[in-house]
Amino acid sequence: MKSKGEYYQRDREWQPPALTPDYKTSVSRSPRYAMISLQNSISEITGPTFGHNDVDPIDNDLLRNYAYSEQSPIGERIIVHGRVLDENARPVPNTLVEVWQANAGGRYRHKKDTYLAPIDPNFGGCGRTLTDENGYYFFRTVKPGAYPWRNWVNNWRPAHIHVSVFGVAFAQRLITQLYFEGDPLLDKCPIVKALPTQDARDSLIAALDLNATVPLDSIAYKFDIILRGRRSTLFENRLEGN
Amino acid sequence: MVQKLDYLKETPSQTAGPYVHIGLAPGAAGFEIYDHELGQDIAGPNAKGERIRVEGTVIDGTGSPVKDALIEVWQANSEGYYSHPEGGGPVEEGFRGWGRVITDFDTGEWAFDTVKPGRAQGRDVGIQAPHINLWIVARGINIGLNTRLYFDDEDEANAADPVLNIIEWECRRATLIAKRSEGTSPQVYRFDIRLQGEDETVFFDI
Repeated sequence: MKSKGEYYQRDREWQPPALTPDYKTSVSRSPRYAMISLQNSISEITGPTFGHNDVDPIDNDLLRNYAYSEQSPIGERIIVHGRVLDENARPVPNTLVEVWQANAGGRYRHKKDTYLAPIDPNFGGCGRTLTDENGYYFFRTVKPGAYPWRNWVNNWRPAHIHVSVFGVAFAQRLITQLYFEGDPLLDKCPIVKALPTQDARDSLIAALDLNATVPLDSIAYKFDIILRGRRSTLFENRLEGN
Repeated sequence: MVQKLDYLKETPSQTAGPYVHIGLAPGAAGFEIYDHELGQDIAGPNAKGERIRVEGTVIDGTGSPVKDALIEVWQANSEGYYSHPEGGGPVEEGFRGWGRVITDFDTGEWAFDTVKPGRAQGRDVGIQAPHINLWIVARGINIGLNTRLYFDDEDEANAADPVLNIIEWECRRATLIAKRSEGTSPQVYRFDIRLQGEDETVFFDI
């Protein structure tokens, strides 16, 4: 008999370490002690669940969710779509995906962002949706612009969309950033390079997906999100300890 | 060569950045876009148990408050059940046990209102002390930090808690214990999270 067990441990050689000195802010915000390894209990294998009462259908359309009637934000119209899967390649249905981003000029709608590129009156810059029964999700938005940030004197973030995903367990909670195929800034970014391997960096680059474009309307990028997988115990598994 | 294992790799984490509010708390970023923001009501109106407020700061390695952090909360109800199909038992209508809170842009203070959780079942045997699971993201944090908040008026339960007890250094366990304020209503607990430096909070690789 199969029963469900813990989540696969995070691969800490794949995920970024806390301290990445070239990303300067991490220096004073990274714990110095080692994390305590914790086997999953009920507190980690459970997590918040969401339903259609939590989101509105328009929430995933950043071209319309903050635009004045009959107007649109400035920028390259894009569709971002993909699936949320677990490490066992199983779809994660009905899970909340939230995104936020700068506008086409690289400016965020945030009271603390003072970059000289203008706010777009028709662009809020955030969206959210639930995956469908197959783990599929999509957003419509404009491609965000690159922008400068204070790290070294002349750092520029590659175009990116922030992505937040829940899964079904608090152990799966994840925030990441989606990048775009072909961006020359990717190899120069200390935040991208916080990831220790090129394979991990590449896995955050959304692929141009011409098959998913809407001709004469919007270009498309595909971005699958993988959350931690869960162990099936093949035999009666009396977990030790605790 | 051997046969290939067909597992996928988890999507790597990246920092939530300084503008996490736009996506997860847009009202705080300075604009209204959603009919309702998520994570604003942890316990709901029908939750049984003691109403409490938890407040604190997030402190960096220089001793300064972190003013752009977001904390997510995940907790059981007063009976120790999580709002989840595998949560151990039923919860009150409207009890989610999940919420999110940001640190104040000026002071770095955060606070949330909830009910004090009960004791959830342990991993195999036994029972856990009342605790609230926290997940912290911010600019400069490459991957969200998991920690737990326990209560200083639960000495007996804390002493038997399987998670506190795997922390080898007893002095570090104290970093996970919120301090009860005297004479407040609702009851306030103080919990400062120290990312680095003296009394660095214990973080878990869950």
